[in-house]
Amino acid sequence: MATAAASSPSAGERSLNLSLRVIRFGPALILVLLIAIMTLASPFFMTGDNLSNIAVQVAPLACLAIGQLFVVLVGGIDLSVGSVLALCTVTGALAYGWDFGGPLVIPMMLLTGAAVGALNGIMLVKGRMPHAFIPTLATLNAARGLALMLSDGAPMPGMPGIVQTAGGGELGPIPVPIIIVAVFGLLAYVLLAKLQWGRWIYLVGADKEAARRLGIPVDRVIISVFIFSGLAAGLAGVITAGRTNAGYPSAGQLDELAAISAVIIGGASFFGGRGTVGGAIVGVLIFGVINNGLNLLNVSTYVQLIAIGVIVVVAVELDVFRRRLEERFRTIRGQDE
Amino acid sequence: MSAVLEVDSVSKRFGGTTALRDVSLELNEGEVLALLGDNGAGKSTLIKILSGVVKPDDGTIKLDGEPVTIDSPHAARELGIETVYQDLALFDNTGAIGNFFAGREKTRFGWLRWVDDRGMRHDTEEIVDRLQVNLPSADAEIGLMSGGQRQAVACARAIAFGKRIVILDEPTSALGAREAGNVLKLIREAAEQGVSVIVISHNMEHVIEVADRAVVLRQGRYVGEEQPTKQTQEKLVSMIVGGGDR
Repeated sequence: MATAAASSPSAGERSLNLSLRVIRFGPALILVLLIAIMTLASPFFMTGDNLSNIAVQVAPLACLAIGQLFVVLVGGIDLSVGSVLALCTVTGALAYGWDFGGPLVIPMMLLTGAAVGALNGIMLVKGRMPHAFIPTLATLNAARGLALMLSDGAPMPGMPGIVQTAGGGELGPIPVPIIIVAVFGLLAYVLLAKLQWGRWIYLVGADKEAARRLGIPVDRVIISVFIFSGLAAGLAGVITAGRTNAGYPSAGQLDELAAISAVIIGGASFFGGRGTVGGAIVGVLIFGVINNGLNLLNVSTYVQLIAIGVIVVVAVELDVFRRRLEERFRTIRGQDE
Repeated sequence: MSAVLEVDSVSKRFGGTTALRDVSLELNEGEVLALLGDNGAGKSTLIKILSGVVKPDDGTIKLDGEPVTIDSPHAARELGIETVYQDLALFDNTGAIGNFFAGREKTRFGWLRWVDDRGMRHDTEEIVDRLQVNLPSADAEIGLMSGGQRQAVACARAIAFGKRIVILDEPTSALGAREAGNVLKLIREAAEQGVSVIVISHNMEHVIEVADRAVVLRQGRYVGEEQPTKQTQEKLVSMIVGGGDR
């Protein structure tokens, strides 16, 4: 009986189970390994200042990656987030130029992000586009163009105090960007793991047709994750604008690719339906540790890029390998019966 | 026994072809009805109409004597009609709990829709217990299960949540003898608990084992019905292929 098989799994089943578990914790193991290597290689790495530096540096990327995760979970991709980040800093700067515009700057940035996200989702779903690549490729270009147009192609200096605090302030010993990422990450975790909406995101990612037949509003779920990703880009824009104290139309270039890489390195599946907020953050930290550590070791940025490339390939191959293991698992279970 | 479902003169055309022509049938409470017919006989169209995937052009459908409109899969579920499709519609990235409650998660805190994991686990364990489904555990991922276990989970989901009617499309086609036996047992158990079952199958032995009555469709028309037994098997087959009665 299957129940008996479950209480005393075969040797093959047990070793497969172990391999699957190792793969699940793979990203965290890679991070720990990297940290160990960097600590041994450079005396400056394991210092409070340096660690806090890393965290502050990757804060905008962490926001983008968390937003990206939601899109990847439904089997999509959001290429627009780097451009959207820049557009948000520019619309924020414009709002700051209005009379009494100060308090409107942050809402304006978040609203801009959400609006582009909604546009992405609606174009994809209602426009029946074949893949999320297309609408977000369009807004990758259009949002950057709009940001450059609205700013005449130059940075727009000046941000209200609250935005500067968000980008560079400190609350006691802790930099504010870290607090923002922590709160946002916790919120995203609750949305995904504890609310029905999050459950639906995973189900849509696993099988859209089945989700539709079971009465899940698939189109609405898809549009909503793009809005969330846009909002996350807006939040990344707030931190970036605060740090540079400006609307910055050329900010965030290629950040969409960094965010996608981080999500994939963090164990999310490009096939959809698999991935966690914790994983995405681990992916972002791997990014940060590699860049920072190799900087400390005076390794050129060229090599850093190659290192990231290698890790992306390894992460995706791990996911492919995981799927193969699962298939073997099924076969073994089938034979047991 | 009273009729839970009455299908009255239902027709459906797809472009130039008529998939269903004036088909009527009844389904009684706690009855297992086999729907037989060759490819293109209209079985699939009929169950798609009943599960809200396809809308009929003509005719009425009554549940417990009341005319109903089943205009979406969601509406069908709300009416207590659950369907197990041939591809099972299971989600590999979650367990029996997630699959049983997919799209109808138990939630708390009103609009926040905070999922009630404990409540869903409790209900799932109860269902698994009652229907005697063989599973490693309530949250073992479906993606790691064998074909038989997957089929069992899909059938258990339909039987547990189908308040009135459970529709199964070829539930045993992909299974070995032992696994098929388990599914047939599940179907009988559901019927004993008062749920009505419609089952499509090409396997005459399974039909004889599980069904109280068999309705035969051919080229979109109702051609007759029989109580499926060893004795009526040949007659049913000839009704399906359309020999002998001409």
